[in-house]
Amino acid sequence: MTATADKPAAEAVETVTLTIDGTEVTVPKGTLIIRAAEQIGIEIPRFCDHPALKPAGACRQCLVDVASPGPDGNLRAFPKPQASCTMTVTNGMVVNTQHTSEEADRAQKGVMELLLINHPLDCPVCDKGGECPLQNQAMSHGRPESRFVDVKRVFEKPLALSSEILLDRERCVLCQRCTRFSKEIAGDAFIDLQNRGAQQQIGTFDEDVLDFDGYRPVGAAAEDEAGKAFSSYYSGNTVQICPVGALTSAAYRFRSRPFDLVSSPAISEHDSSGSAIRIDHRRGKILRRLADNDPVVNEDWITDKDRFAFAWQNLDDRLARPLVRKDGELVEVSWPEALAAAAAGIRAATAEPEEGDARTAGVLVGGRVTLEDAYAYAKLARTVLGTNDVDSRARAASDEEQAFLGSAVAGTGMGVTFGDLEKAPTVLMVGFEPEDEGGVVFLRLRKSLGRQQVLTVAPFLSRGAEKLAATLVPTAPGQEAAALSGLADDAREALSQPGAVIVLGERVAESAGGFTAAQELAAATGARLAWIPRRAGERGAVEAGALPGLLPGGRAASSKAARAAVAEAWGVDSLPEKPGRDTAGILAAAAAGEIGALVVGGVSASDLAADVPAALDAVDFVVSLEVRRSDIASRADVVLPVAPPSEKSGTFVNWEGRLRSFATAIRTDAMSDHRVLDLLARELGAALGTGTVEAVNSELAALGAAGTGERAAAPKAKAAKPAKPAKGQAALATWHQLVDEGALQAGEPYLAGTGRVAVARLSQATADALGVARTVTVASERGAIELPAVVTDMVDGVIWLPLKSPGSWVARDLGASAGATVSVKGAE
Amino acid sequence: MSESDEVWKVNRERDGKRETFESNFKKKGPIGEAFAPVAGFGVSLRNFFRPTVTEQYPKVKNPTAPRYHGRHQLNRYADGLEKCIGCELCAWACPADAIYVEADSNTPDHQVSPGERYGRVYQINYLRCIFCGLCIEACPTRALTMTNDYELAGPTREGLIYEKQDLLAPMGEDMLAAPHPMVPGTTDGDYYRGDVTQVVDAQIEWVRENRPEEPTLPENRDAKEASRG
Repeated sequence: MTATADKPAAEAVETVTLTIDGTEVTVPKGTLIIRAAEQIGIEIPRFCDHPALKPAGACRQCLVDVASPGPDGNLRAFPKPQASCTMTVTNGMVVNTQHTSEEADRAQKGVMELLLINHPLDCPVCDKGGECPLQNQAMSHGRPESRFVDVKRVFEKPLALSSEILLDRERCVLCQRCTRFSKEIAGDAFIDLQNRGAQQQIGTFDEDVLDFDGYRPVGAAAEDEAGKAFSSYYSGNTVQICPVGALTSAAYRFRSRPFDLVSSPAISEHDSSGSAIRIDHRRGKILRRLADNDPVVNEDWITDKDRFAFAWQNLDDRLARPLVRKDGELVEVSWPEALAAAAAGIRAATAEPEEGDARTAGVLVGGRVTLEDAYAYAKLARTVLGTNDVDSRARAASDEEQAFLGSAVAGTGMGVTFGDLEKAPTVLMVGFEPEDEGGVVFLRLRKSLGRQQVLTVAPFLSRGAEKLAATLVPTAPGQEAAALSGLADDAREALSQPGAVIVLGERVAESAGGFTAAQELAAATGARLAWIPRRAGERGAVEAGALPGLLPGGRAASSKAARAAVAEAWGVDSLPEKPGRDTAGILAAAAAGEIGALVVGGVSASDLAADVPAALDAVDFVVSLEVRRSDIASRADVVLPVAPPSEKSGTFVNWEGRLRSFATAIRTDAMSDHRVLDLLARELGAALGTGTVEAVNSELAALGAAGTGERAAAPKAKAAKPAKPAKGQAALATWHQLVDEGALQAGEPYLAGTGRVAVARLSQATADALGVARTVTVASERGAIELPAVVTDMVDGVIWLPLKSPGSWVARDLGASAGATVSVKGAE
Repeated sequence: MSESDEVWKVNRERDGKRETFESNFKKKGPIGEAFAPVAGFGVSLRNFFRPTVTEQYPKVKNPTAPRYHGRHQLNRYADGLEKCIGCELCAWACPADAIYVEADSNTPDHQVSPGERYGRVYQINYLRCIFCGLCIEACPTRALTMTNDYELAGPTREGLIYEKQDLLAPMGEDMLAAPHPMVPGTTDGDYYRGDVTQVVDAQIEWVRENRPEEPTLPENRDAKEASRG
């Protein structure tokens, strides 16, 4: 909110009474005139004013006549109209807007005429046409005719600020919403005002583009590692808040008009924040996505990934009909045939052989599915396939993590919220990169910049952490537990303040003892724990029991009471007792020939360090539920197409534990995973009861959270001993960058262009020791990755690689995860 | 007394005053009264001696009024670039929702209209069109106008959805079919003001290089004419 935002209602609020257009209104002290007018339904035209940005008074469109009582109590009018977006209200103030004051009306019309002097009349080609505040307000408040007869100022257009964000400078009215957003909210101040007077314009520090004529900026021009300007993960928000068509996105440029579009509210499928978005679609095709306002979650902002990455679901390789392997080839068949083939295949692969034990089935669920889908996968595994081998963690995972999730996360409802995170005096981040892995979590933390102490347990200070003014607790990958136990006293003291939060990312699972140490630290300091995974479906899968050791609601699969309770609710005699294996365990068992059939949904093989192709080839029968043809679908025996999030309804549970339900945005024939699994179970002779979202939700509600004695015990794991890399080796640190080559970002080259250049990071000492200069080759037994090397101030003996960026697919190419020892070789 | 008369009576009674109905036709004389039953034949008789106005369509096709609202046409600039910029204002103005447009970006390799934007998809559904001409008034570049072609009937519904290629104006004598670059040194403003009056060599060169088979190239035109002649 604004700097003068309303205080929480619980506190006694000092109020001020004033008169606007003859109507008396009482508002909290410090309210801006423009907001007070909004409250009584008086609209004052504006461009620069935005409730989430600090007041600027840049456009001067909101001029009103103001009179306020002087020291003697007499009402004294200001000599000239005042900008209502910067002036706060005072007691007894009398405001006359354009509705009651001719002077204010004349002033507003004058400002509008001035703004339109250089504004091109290219509304027919402008993307904003039809939803443009300038167009609308020029119609409602402007003069019908312009007195300006000279030639308008023109610029070369458009100027590409990044591959995604385009700037048409001649349309700009210099309201500075974009620059204020970049500085205040995102912290990526790559654009700013240039020059003065009529030549004033928005631009980057690029003397060629801006035609500086030898006139250079005094300071160093800001650049990111990519050497690119405006490489911000939040740049798309500037397009949305631009009140004219000056900022447009390459992906939506010239694609449609607002009156073509049908808008449907939705929830972003890209991260665990559960950001509210608006999907604008035309004839069943998504054309753009915008941020929706949700004050408790994402406020007004979303990441560029949420905004621009939607093309993946309508690519050419989208599956429309089921596929069945016949004579080695996948051929399109009807649904009944595919379901029958899938059921027959699963039955045959898990049938009792004449000698030896029957081979079991396993279920791999990706972290992208909804709560309902995850529940259906888990229930299918436990009731129909009779196994606990179900895991939704398509990433590095550990039993310790599962114990933590079962004891402290699943079925606990809302824990730490976005608001708590914003208000926390101290935030300690472990295995979590706020910008790369948190999305809008970063924006919430940055809102408290200067009021909040942020500590990060990481090998180096990433740019996101740097923008939060975070203090680095230098830690080699895998050594998080030791870092937490050995946290300095002042940090412990900071964490003892009421409201302090320890944020645990999904990468804590890669570090033995990390969760145990974090829980100990939380118990010792009183700080609250928040688990913020990366993918949208992770928390929902934990709640739904799509983990080997977890039943719905946080019940431990190892607890007899919990199994009995769930078996009763599901109407089955018993649930499988044999402990389940995690993703890596299932794949290892599959490769060893212990598993006969696999049901896989929403998993990218390239996210897993295990040799997935080999494991899939060793399995008799693979059923894949996919939106698009994928590397796993191409090895499956039956592929069942499922709906992408925009074509189904469901619920994502965000990291807070908040249920983020969404309705179907685009109606198609595509079915959700839970419905497909219901049909598959029926074919296998069982009633899964997951045919509709409502059915699943009522089952989940009836199950509720785990009772006493049904939960898993808190994790108790020993910290890993520091690895001692031999000569020519280093410990691998790695995480996903927000914009990378994830499966849900396919088909969007403009977004991919805003991603950061893939580089390997290592410290000067490490570089010297390993003889690394310009490029570096990181190798494991499986393969090697060659990247440009960047010397960073970081922990020695560690090399950092982006997890899935162009040219650096760590899981697939190295088959390693963070903490592993890799050999490093320098190259010229 | 019929039922309606009863109603009138009731109403009159309720309103409390008598309604009188008087014809404002002149009352006819006794001869008029006598011929009244056959007076209608007089109309037929009179028209026997007047010229006929029946049009012998489709055997004879008479020209329409010059501003008759017929089938639409998407016009071109003098050098063959399309005038349509895909702004969808026609679709916006259409009261019958008969127009569907999808725009796209011009690129140096694929310049269809002057400026940055062109209409990639342009459809008019003549089953819906009411020929009101509001689309013509809305068009900011005079790309869309109406011809006098009124023969818009067909055996299929699909056939009456006219695509862009059905609506585009025929290529003029010296035009070069799009896509090709704009005249060097000009802007879309110059085109709009009518300052571009002909194809220039640079454009012909570009097409020659990229689409040597283009039938609107001068040499291909000549060859065609030669073969015809």
